This record gives sequence, structure tokens and C-alpha cells, in this order.
Amino acid sequence: MDIVILVSSSLCLFIGSFLCVSGGIGILRFPDFYTRMHAVGVTDTLGAGMILIGLMILSPDFLVFTKLMIVLLLTLLIGPTTSHVLAKAAFHNGLKPALNNKPLKQSKTKEPTH
Amino acid sequence: MLIATTLAIFVAMILAIIRGITGPTLYDRILAVNMFCTKTVLLISLLGFVMGRPEFLDIAIVYALISFISVIGVLRYSDTNQFKHTSAHDELPKKEP
Amino acid sequence: MVVAIAIIKMKDLFAVVMLTGIYGLLSASFFVAMDAVDVAFTEASVGAGISTLLMLIVISMTGRREKTTRHKPFPALLIVAITGGLLIYGTLDMPYFGSVDAPSHSHIAARYINDSMQEVGVPNIVTSVLASYRAFDTFGEVIVIFTAGIGVLALLSVTHRPEDNDKFSTINDSMHEQHLVVRIVAKMLIPFILLFALYVQFHGDFGPGGGFQAGVIFAAAIILYAMLFGLNTARKVINQTFIQLIAATGVLIYASVGVASLLSGGNFFDYNVLSNDPIAGQHLGILIIEWGVGCTVCSVIIIIFFNFAGRREIQQNNGSKYDTNQDLQ
Repeated sequence: MDIVILVSSSLCLFIGSFLCVSGGIGILRFPDFYTRMHAVGVTDTLGAGMILIGLMILSPDFLVFTKLMIVLLLTLLIGPTTSHVLAKAAFHNGLKPALNNKPLKQSKTKEPTH
Repeated sequence: MLIATTLAIFVAMILAIIRGITGPTLYDRILAVNMFCTKTVLLISLLGFVMGRPEFLDIAIVYALISFISVIGVLRYSDTNQFKHTSAHDELPKKEP
Repeated sequence: MVVAIAIIKMKDLFAVVMLTGIYGLLSASFFVAMDAVDVAFTEASVGAGISTLLMLIVISMTGRREKTTRHKPFPALLIVAITGGLLIYGTLDMPYFGSVDAPSHSHIAARYINDSMQEVGVPNIVTSVLASYRAFDTFGEVIVIFTAGIGVLALLSVTHRPEDNDKFSTINDSMHEQHLVVRIVAKMLIPFILLFALYVQFHGDFGPGGGFQAGVIFAAAIILYAMLFGLNTARKVINQTFIQLIAATGVLIYASVGVASLLSGGNFFDYNVLSNDPIAGQHLGILIIEWGVGCTVCSVIIIIFFNFAGRREIQQNNGSKYDTNQDLQ
């Protein structure tokens, strides 16, 4: 039983830390604000969730487990909301995403008589 | 394993600081601060486990709430004309407010 | 260190505010790494949260770029260097930082750590030092916070006229559709934050917490409500006169504990005489003064925020009034 706890929590912690580091690399290397926000918003919440679940498996007593559960619920609630608010504010203030301006391919059903 | 995770979170925090210092638009900086705050919450929880003191979780809850309030506050008070993204920054025309 | 140098060098004030927030969080992490939990608590809530918000309101009223200085400030640098050198020379006589035979480590810290449980009966030594051994210093801190609130009220107080209400309500309605998601999430979060503030207030005896941190968290919840739902709605919910009354009441509660212990035959702020059992007296005294501290801190931060934001609102509405006049021509 002990080894199952250790292995599962190590797995969760490993996945969580990998996601967080990849989010950190993403925020440096992505070309535009909106892509960076995508990287941070997704990996932040999921990585934090994984790490907190890993810690919850390791927790010694019930009070610590409850507090970790509260932190997890807060992170799951706050993370996507902040991403939404940030993107909405940036778009509303005029920050345009870096599109690549290729003309759209015409669909075949649109012009049947050509 | 806990110590390895702590180091990984620390690396992510340093990457966020780099983006916060460089980072051409101000929204990049707000994003960097938000990411830094979330990583700090995780770091505090992990440090609490590593050092064997579960009182740190109260601080983690406070940090999460404070980061949320800070980001909302920053976005609420940065929609004046001074912070509007001028067309000098990008080539596409500016959206009318 | 890197963040501090970046703060000084950068001219864009908004980036400076962001970096100040990061600096506050970094120092709070250092405090946690050094096992100083209460200090980290206070630094996180005040340094990373409220200070960033207040500075941001100020920048949104003033400009965003720092004006470049025209002259090289050499005489100022010289004076600062000489003063710093004199101060360092003055501290050479003191014992080294953290050395074992320093008086603060050998006498005072030993007394606090060894005797705190028997004399005060509270597991959290920081609370017992702050609230019982050093209650007079904490009284001074509360007076300082109250004075800051009075200063802001004296300088920046905004007289609120009822005919401004309909001007602001149109802004609020237009904001409603934009911010719908955040409003719903905030409505779910604010009761939890208030409850957590009360938990921190009364749990200060056993874990990190106490009056200061609880007051800041409570004020942060009210500030969140005011930011998302408009200052007007928040003014209807939280009456301004009531908040000013609470600020004064907090200091009064704190002082009355001291006076009560004087009248009961002990020294000023001597809690042993407050009840039959000295330990129960200590508990009662700490509970009441922490409640007074929490009241004052919370209401002063709310006062400061409402006055800053009210000023900003007036400045913005004056600016937009001029714009509409130009449109009509």
C-alpha cells in the first residue's frame, strides 16, 4: 500500500512539473501574446492540478487534505477566469493577434456556376 | 521527488521573470505576473511539505486569492486611453473604442 | 536583485508596478524559505496585492512614462553615499547579524521561546510576542495605520453628489455585458474570501494569521466587489460613514483593553488582571486586541481604496465631459 501511494504521487508530481516547465518554455518562445496566453493558461491550471493531486495523495492527515482540496478548487476556478479576462481586455484594447494573412480557400459549394 | 518538483517550479518562475522583464507589450507582463503568482502558490505548498509544516497551506490560499484580485485590478484600471494599444505597435488598424 | 535593478532602470511605470508585484512575491517566498510564516503572510497580502492595486490607480491618473531627468544628480549621490557610510560605520560596533552571543538572542529570544507557553498560553509565539509582550508597539502600529487613513481622508476626500449617480450608472450597465463571466465567478468567491478572513483572524493564536492579515484579506474582498460592480454599487453596500466609524472603533477597542487593565489594578496592557485566571486573561486580551487591529486595518484600506478610486473616477469623468462637448460642436 505504501509503495502504491509513493508511485502514484511521484507520477502525478512528475507530470505536473513537466507541464509547468513546458509552460514556462512556451511563454518564452511563442511569437505572439495570444499564443503565449494559451500556453500559460492551459499548462498552468493542469500542471497545478496535477501537483496538488500528487500532494493530496501524500498528505498525512485530514486537515491538510482539506486545505489542499480548497487550494485545488480555487486554482481550477481562478485559472481559466484570469485567462478569459486577460484575453478579453487585450482584445478590447486593440491588441491584434499575429495572423498570417493568407487568403481563405473558396469552398466548392459556394460558387457552383463558375 | 518533492525536491525535484520544487526545482522544476523554480525554473518555471525564472522563465516567467525573464518574460516579465523583456516582453514588448504590457499584456505580456501581466501574463508573466499571473504565471509567477500561480507558481508561487505551488512553490509554497511544496515547501510546506518538504519542511514538514502544513501551516503553509493557509499562505497558499491567500496567495491564490491575492493573485486573482491583483490581475482583475490591473485589468480594471488599465483601460484608460494611455494604455490603449497604439497602431505603432502593429501594422493592422486600431479598433475604435 | 535583478528585479530591483530592473525596477530602477525601466522608464515605463506600468512595467515598474508589475515588477514591484513580482518583487513582493519573491521576498514573501524568501520569508517562507526562512520559516517565517506570519511575515510571509503579511507580505503576500499587502506587498503583492494591495500595494500593486493602489499604485496602479495612481498611475492611471498620472502619466505612464517616467519623465527623464535633465540633470545628473551627483551631489545627491554624494550625500547618500556619505550618510550610508556613516550609518554602516555606526553599526560596526553591534554584534554580527545572527551571532549567538548577541543580547537579543541570548536574553530576549530565550525568554520568549521558553516562557511564552506558560505565561501566555498561546501556541503561536509570533502572536504572543506581538500581542502580549509587545502590545504597546502594536498599539503604535495601529495608530500609524489609523493616521494614514485620516491623512488620506483629509487630503483626498471626495464629496459625492447624488446627481453623479446616473452618470455612473450608464457606465456600469455597459460594463455588465463585458464582465459577465468575472462577475459570476467573483460572486462565488467573495463569501469564501470573507469567511477565510474571519478564519485567519481567529486562528491567529494557533497558526499564522492574526489581526493584520485578516483585515487585509477582508478589505481585498470588498475591493474586488467594488472593482467589478462599480464604485457606486459598492458605496451603497458599504456606507462610507460606517467604515470611518469602524476605523475609529478599532483603535478605541485596542486602547480600552489597556485602560481596562489599568482600572483593574495592573499595568497598561497587562492582561493578567483581566480575568480570574492569568492565562484566561491573556487569551481574552489577545482576542480583543486582535479584533481591534483587524477592524482598523480593514476599514483604513477600504477608505484609502475608495478615495483613490473616487478621485480617479472624477478625473475620468471630467475628461470625458470635455470630449462630449467637442462632439456636439
